[in-house]
Amino acid sequence: MAAQTIDPIHQFQVHEYFSLPDMGGMSFAFTNSALFMLAAVFLITFTLVAGTARRALVPGRLQSVTELWYEFIEKMVHQVLGHEGMKFFPLVFSLFSFVLMANFLGMMPYFFTVTSHVIITATLAVMVILIVLAVGIYKHGLHFFKLFVPSGVPIFILPFISLIEVISFLSRPVSLGLRLFGNMLAGHIVLKVFSGFVALMVASGGIGYFGAIFPLGMAVALTALEFLVAFLQAFVFAILTCVYLNDALHPGH
Amino acid sequence: MSNMATTTETTATTEAEGGHGSAFPPLDASTFPSQLLWLAIAFGLLYILMSRVALPRVAAVLEARRGRISGDLARAKALRDETQAVIADYEAKIAEARKQASGIAQGARDTVTAQIDSERAAIEQKLAKQVADAEARITASKQKALADITSVAETAAQDIVASLTGGKVSAADAAKAVADAAKG
Repeated sequence: MAAQTIDPIHQFQVHEYFSLPDMGGMSFAFTNSALFMLAAVFLITFTLVAGTARRALVPGRLQSVTELWYEFIEKMVHQVLGHEGMKFFPLVFSLFSFVLMANFLGMMPYFFTVTSHVIITATLAVMVILIVLAVGIYKHGLHFFKLFVPSGVPIFILPFISLIEVISFLSRPVSLGLRLFGNMLAGHIVLKVFSGFVALMVASGGIGYFGAIFPLGMAVALTALEFLVAFLQAFVFAILTCVYLNDALHPGH
Repeated sequence: MSNMATTTETTATTEAEGGHGSAFPPLDASTFPSQLLWLAIAFGLLYILMSRVALPRVAAVLEARRGRISGDLARAKALRDETQAVIADYEAKIAEARKQASGIAQGARDTVTAQIDSERAAIEQKLAKQVADAEARITASKQKALADITSVAETAAQDIVASLTGGKVSAADAAKAVADAAKG
């Protein structure tokens, strides 16, 4: 079974816990992915509610975390979107928290990483872009599409510029979704590969114990790096959401 | 969905999984409907919980603190203003009291000076009167003495003439002789 220990793809398997009735010709099930999504939702809500339970004037540890968390996103949304953008604060906060908690949960051994599945990250990214489109068209009507027609550009190169702008706009959900997916997937694979080396070396015994030192160090260093990446990707996702929403609120910038 | 569970159980044949057409789980389309369903449920739930429950709670705590801090600052400012008003009031009262005290002292001084002046004037007047009386008395005494001297001189002149000549000189002649001698 040594092959199992170094199979870096195994951790991304979706297990079915129980089946749900088929709908519209598609089969649904409660899976480990669903479990960890709900766990993330529960942990986020629990932390925030428990952190504000005492409503202390001088915050304790948990309340400090809660307030720091809240104010971090609040400041970000306020800086990028301004005061009128604060109605998107719950959305950005939910996105940041969901991605962050899913990433962090994924760092626990044997835990499933929700954000390592492209369907999840791509759906979140497409949702963001659809909200950007909906808000932009609701707020500015057809003027929103001036986003693709920058002012002050000579008329003869305007079609090319517009084409590039459209492509850049359409590539946003792709880059937004794939960036998170790729980071989480690659990080977990590399981590698993180095950990697998350690297991293989130790299993071979003798000089293998010494050989295991380097991959073990790498695994430790990569774990630290992956925690950083887990936070960073959630942050990047949230701030890019803000930046894209800013286009919807103030097109033509 | 069928191969979801089966691939898990058959990890020993990992290399053979390529044949399933779903060797790479993140791209296994059979898991997509379930993942989408649960993502919608989980994220929808999260959004509702955040926007309705959690975030208003945190906002309330932060707002309460900001309100408390600004309230405390406003109260501190009000107290400081009150203190300064009291200090100003106190200083004004002190200044007034000082002014009043100096006024009272000046008044007392003036009264005393006036009293002293009037008493001195009275005494001086009295003394002047006494001096004048004394001078009048002296003048009277002098004149009386002079008068006495004249009569004594007349008597003495009559006695002297009588004893020297044995003749009698009338009082009128004696008085005339004395008056002539006094005019001398």
